Amino acid sequence: MKIVVCIKQVPESTEVRVDPETKALIREGVKGIVNPVDENAIEAGLQLREAHGGTVTVITMGPPQAEEALRHALAMGADEAILLTDPASRGSDTLATSYTLAQMVRKIGEVDLVLCGRQAVDGDTGQVGPELAERLGIPQVTFAIEIEVVDGKLRARRVLDDFFEVLEVRLPALVTVVKQINDPRYPSMRNVLKAKRAQIAKWTLADVEADPTQTGFDGSPTQVIEVWPPPRRGGGRMLEGSVEEIVEQIAGAIEDMNLGAG
Amino acid sequence: MPVTIIADNCTGCRLCLRACPYGAIDIVDAVARFNEKCTQCGACASACKFGAIVLEAAFRRDVDVSEYRGVWVVAEHLHGELRRGTFELLGEGRRLADKLGVELGAALLGDAIGGLTAPLIAHGADRAFIAQDPVLAHFRTGPHTDVLAGMINRYKPEIVLISATPQGRDLAPRVAARLSTGLTADCTGLDIDQAERLLVQTRPAFGGNLMATIVCRHARPQMATVRPGVMKPLAPDPSRTGEVVEIPVRLDEMSVVAKVVEVVQQGTDGRVNLQDAEVIVAGGRGLGKAENFSLIRELAEVLGAAVGASRAAVDAGWIPAYHQVGQTGRTVQPKLYIACGISGAVQHLAGMSSSDVIIAINKDPSAPIFGVATYGIVGDLFEIVPALTKRLKQARSHPAAPTL
Repeated sequence: MKIVVCIKQVPESTEVRVDPETKALIREGVKGIVNPVDENAIEAGLQLREAHGGTVTVITMGPPQAEEALRHALAMGADEAILLTDPASRGSDTLATSYTLAQMVRKIGEVDLVLCGRQAVDGDTGQVGPELAERLGIPQVTFAIEIEVVDGKLRARRVLDDFFEVLEVRLPALVTVVKQINDPRYPSMRNVLKAKRAQIAKWTLADVEADPTQTGFDGSPTQVIEVWPPPRRGGGRMLEGSVEEIVEQIAGAIEDMNLGAG
Repeated sequence: MPVTIIADNCTGCRLCLRACPYGAIDIVDAVARFNEKCTQCGACASACKFGAIVLEAAFRRDVDVSEYRGVWVVAEHLHGELRRGTFELLGEGRRLADKLGVELGAALLGDAIGGLTAPLIAHGADRAFIAQDPVLAHFRTGPHTDVLAGMINRYKPEIVLISATPQGRDLAPRVAARLSTGLTADCTGLDIDQAERLLVQTRPAFGGNLMATIVCRHARPQMATVRPGVMKPLAPDPSRTGEVVEIPVRLDEMSVVAKVVEVVQQGTDGRVNLQDAEVIVAGGRGLGKAENFSLIRELAEVLGAAVGASRAAVDAGWIPAYHQVGQTGRTVQPKLYIACGISGAVQHLAGMSSSDVIIAINKDPSAPIFGVATYGIVGDLFEIVPALTKRLKQARSHPAAPTL
């Protein structure tokens, strides 16, 4: 099986900085990590490779420093890593990102399965996976908690808000995974060192024959016009005393609320 | 035309004809040809195995936005009933449509769901667009995308709102990419910029650390998924009148690539309907292990409350994900929220901080949950929670004498 895993480098801390001109998030100078649920996507790819043979190629699009995220994926055991880095792809919204990733997947060619995490912890959209599947014209399975390949078909258990669903689709297909699907392996020290020296392919938009009007700010129909920290709710009263005294105060407060009275 | 037939590649195999929901393809002299029913939905392009039908997916800034009028919501239903989020979308959609001075439409896809058009209209829709076929009975991305994209192409609403439920977040990006338009995820605020006739979309990002306002100036429709539990539904008015528009579709199960093998219903214990709950008792990492959720359940039982959980507790596998409150779980606004052993990561606060009264029990005095709590208790939940359960049980079996 030829498996491609799309990952994203996200800031390690929740501290956020924004370019006042472009309203784009400033990623330079912030320590990056692999988006946590993308590690689960990598793990899922590695497990499928172990079961069925094949290769796992990890791809990302981002600034040059996103190379570090790919090295982590290599240390986990991916066969190959490709970074698309091009100033013209900056400011891409999810539609533009999915276009660019689709061009990468097409260039890789003959891919059986594309894996993504359900959403990134910075943008929190969860849109790039399904948009990429649409761009590639392949079926998608989102929120997968279990996947297996049987007789050339993909069978996945999806977790929805109050039910599970088992779907079967033909390959090639795209799957987005949730955190509970597996426990990502820790890279061994040996693999970390190996990954440090590994070659990471660097592509530009020209390398994937991308139309510059479909990526970056130009290719993004949505535009962030303002960003601000959310209003915080003020704290209330701290209750003190013995357990009995505290319980009495809580019970009194609850009884005063007159719950169940509509 | 975003969908075109390359006659030289066409073998006349009829796969596209079977895939087309709108009966819009004829085979003439062994070559596929679109007729006047074509909605440019793109279903044929993914069915063609010979590269004879091409769906051009490109974002063009020169689209004539004035061609698009009206606000649409996409209805979501389960077991023959509309979901709560749909009523919230209708309430919000009505407000936006009134600001723009346009109609509110509701798109309803499924099978044997004609009875659902009346509640859509009672809750604010002017027109209900209904597409019915057995293939649409259970939600599947492919056929729902084809049919909805075609409906949007035909009626050209300027705004399309979809619930940010798992189903909505599966469908919306697929449709947005099919239409090469912008989509804003998980909005918590919507408004209209009258001067520019734009949908102004507000959403949290970075796990709730940042709010962003987003617009889609040069593509239509302007699409957004909307976080359930935030917008207000209108009180239903059965005397409201509206039009029901039947969208004639015919789908072929053979053309659908995704097969539903099994559906397992969860959470039928009636205690997980977080969004309707008046009281929620939630547990987090401080519980230490799955078994200790029994403390939470016992307190919830005595209060008639729903059981919630933080992401840490869900990720640890102590409790199923449908109990999760927060940015990646449910947004809730109960009258009373009791947080036990929850530190209050921003992503959790994003989902519960607009509760009327918040009681937080945590052993760490610096836990951020105390920043939003109405009543904060620094202490051991393993002592306080059982004692509180016991105290409330007593109050129930021996009610205090009424004071005169």
